[in-house]
Amino acid sequence: MSNAPSTAAEPLAWLRQRSRWSVFEIVFWLATLLPFYFFPTYLNLASQVAIAALFAVSVDLVLGYAGIVTLGHAMFFGLGAYTAALISQAGWSEPLTGLVLSAAFVGLVGYVVSFLIVRVQHLALIMVTLGLGLLTYELANAMTWLTGGTDGLRLPRTWPVLGYFKFDLWGFTSYGYALAILLAGFLISRRIVNSAFGLALRGVRENVRRMPAIGSEHRAHLRKIYAISAALAGVAGAILTHTTSTVALDVLSFERSADVVVMLILGGTGRLYGAILGAIIFLVAQDQLAGINPQYWYFWIGLLLMVVVLFLPNGILGGLERLVRGRHD
Amino acid sequence: MISNIAIVLFDGLAFGMLLFVLSVGLSVTLGLMNFINLAHGAFGMLGGYVTVWLMRQLGFPFLLTLPAAFLAAALLGVLLERTLFRRLYGAGELNQVLFTIGLVFVAAAVATYFFGTAQQPIVLPRWLRGSTEVFGLLLGNYRMFLVAISLAITGLLFFTLERTRFGARIRAAVDNQRVAQGLGMDVERIFAITFAIGSGLAGLGGALAIEIVGLDPSFGFHFLVYVLIVVSVGGLGSIAGSFAGAALLGIGDVAGKYFMPEAGSFLIYLLLVAILLVRPLGLFGKR
Amino acid sequence: MTEPMLETRGLTKRFGSLEVARDVSIVLPRGARHALIGPNGAGKTTLINLITGQLKPDAGQILLAGEDVTNLATTARVRRGLTRTFQINTLFPDLTPIEAVTLAVCERDGVAGQFWRSLAAHEAAIEESYTILRELSLADVATRRTRTLAYGQQRLLEIALALATRPRVLLLDEPAAGVPKDESAMLFEVVAGLPDDISVLFIEHDMSIVFTFATRIIVLVAGGVLVEAEPDAIRSDPRVREVYLGHGHNG
Repeated sequence: MSNAPSTAAEPLAWLRQRSRWSVFEIVFWLATLLPFYFFPTYLNLASQVAIAALFAVSVDLVLGYAGIVTLGHAMFFGLGAYTAALISQAGWSEPLTGLVLSAAFVGLVGYVVSFLIVRVQHLALIMVTLGLGLLTYELANAMTWLTGGTDGLRLPRTWPVLGYFKFDLWGFTSYGYALAILLAGFLISRRIVNSAFGLALRGVRENVRRMPAIGSEHRAHLRKIYAISAALAGVAGAILTHTTSTVALDVLSFERSADVVVMLILGGTGRLYGAILGAIIFLVAQDQLAGINPQYWYFWIGLLLMVVVLFLPNGILGGLERLVRGRHD
Repeated sequence: MISNIAIVLFDGLAFGMLLFVLSVGLSVTLGLMNFINLAHGAFGMLGGYVTVWLMRQLGFPFLLTLPAAFLAAALLGVLLERTLFRRLYGAGELNQVLFTIGLVFVAAAVATYFFGTAQQPIVLPRWLRGSTEVFGLLLGNYRMFLVAISLAITGLLFFTLERTRFGARIRAAVDNQRVAQGLGMDVERIFAITFAIGSGLAGLGGALAIEIVGLDPSFGFHFLVYVLIVVSVGGLGSIAGSFAGAALLGIGDVAGKYFMPEAGSFLIYLLLVAILLVRPLGLFGKR
Repeated sequence: MTEPMLETRGLTKRFGSLEVARDVSIVLPRGARHALIGPNGAGKTTLINLITGQLKPDAGQILLAGEDVTNLATTARVRRGLTRTFQINTLFPDLTPIEAVTLAVCERDGVAGQFWRSLAAHEAAIEESYTILRELSLADVATRRTRTLAYGQQRLLEIALALATRPRVLLLDEPAAGVPKDESAMLFEVVAGLPDDISVLFIEHDMSIVFTFATRIIVLVAGGVLVEAEPDAIRSDPRVREVYLGHGHNG
């Protein structure tokens, strides 16, 4: 026994402080409003970034927090996009209800798939996620009567959000809509990771072997987060459909699954904000370098990946954190 | 009809043999070092381009380029393993996956820079072109050559692993690295040599693949999925597993494209997921 | 005679032709402080793996307070109060002790699935885990990442995690493994100070510790129980001395 205080006041305060909103966070979210005023010509890009950020956050929940390496999460993104598209095509182009319906359906699919996911680990897990993603793409490719195949679907214009904010070519509504849903999805994710459930997920990631030894039904935990993550990814896909009024096969492609993982490694996994940062950097860089020969884009991305993995394995945010933390801990 | 099926089976087997040569190296190194090297396909690409370059620029005969392709890939493999890969042995699957994918990106870009994006055809020696009648079936000469070479390599690998001391060391290290180290085995050297052989085989496979599937900078990606399927279905560290997995995939792929072209690769992926769910360690996997 | 807390009947396990557990029948009464000793490779950790459900036995039964748990999963056994620690630290490197132990408490209380409540809102669980940490002298490092802790502290955290599950039977696999002599004595004081109603079985190689803290000793050799008796009887048993000839430990 030591002369440590007899109540848990100090660790309690430490735990509370970990989930408190920091100034940087508030500043960041206020900054997301800047494109409205300062970059109005870039609003469509901003929408894409918000959509990718939400997708990246959903993947961070399973990859960064629960430790499930997935190379096929575009499966859920694409399912969400197509669900929203089909609902719109059937005559109901209201965005918010379309979102909820897509989230529910994709979440259900995610829950079913999760039973498969928790049965495998390591290479088999990577291959199962990869296989499922590729499988879904092939399926959609073959079901041309439903998905429009490689041509995709052209949809009626999405109805105004809340009956008031119309979608137009300038992108004000698009970005506002995408940003609002991103914030909502982020808040939900933030709540989850700061809960006891979030702690259990980190336990699974840190040492899955110890979990049953402390009486944890960790597979049930994994299934839960996988379903939630799928639903969020589906929401991101649905937003894409709503803001562009089209859908095409690329929403299910391996490229999309790989890109989102690259964004996570860039920004840093297991931090939520790393996912958002990675999305911003990736898409802005891609947009700026779009003119350059695609071969060179891949060369630099490849080099960047190698460098980040070797020297910044916790991504940019991780690197910053280490700088700030210095001697502590 | 029967002869159609027989030829499809044979073509599938030949393709499977090609996949085997391309994949067996990855299976062994994955089982040995637990290092997910997605750049394995890029070694194949290197072998292919070495063959093309030697034949076009230096007029080498095809058969002579094969050992050259093997050597070039083996050397590069050892170089990368000693300098870069070994730093990532404990870094976790995600990091290994992303690092080696980045490497494939870079390799593809470099290949584009030097060779452009066009397909690189080669001209085979006369005796490898065309077909020969065997047991009433018209079988492609090159495909028969593929099968023969792959079987020879399989035999060589089995002999090395089962009969030589070096092979015994590899098997020991695959089974239990720590114990092997404790017994005084130079595990690092075993890694390096095995990696060299594995990459070399990939290079050889890439050279052999030119005639069947062509060669362009996307080779590394294109065959990544095939190779991964062979390795995960066959089981890590198992030559027999790679053989079985490659044969299954080769026949399945060719037969599928022939009999059910609309299904695309859907059935292959479905089978992949199904097999892994029932046997996560692969058909012949041990760990 | 009250029923034992833990009982194994004829536990047997084979790996091919290698018999790692031979008809092992042991009994752990309430409040036991039993030691499991034996030469390397005798199958001590294997026995713990069998009892906790990490390994399936080829034959035999395991009874926890009279209930047959042979076919239950590890998690279910922990929920019923059968917990073990690991010989090699099996901790959560990036979590802090307070987080790790609170996680164990929340899992025990069945609230680890609540994703809507903030972790800090589970005040009772946090208080309880802090109390456990205090008792194991880990309170000072409660908010430091596990990977930064000294090895001896990590071994204590192993025990803390196990205690958080409120075990009725606690199996300690070489709790002082790798810990320097002076610290291991302190560690075992903690073990000795555990509540009287917990039954403890610990694997240990250091005979001085075994004879100081154990009330009964089980000697395992080549997967089978050689002898089980009080410390004095073991000390003078010629078979035991023969088994340990040349091992350099003395008791």
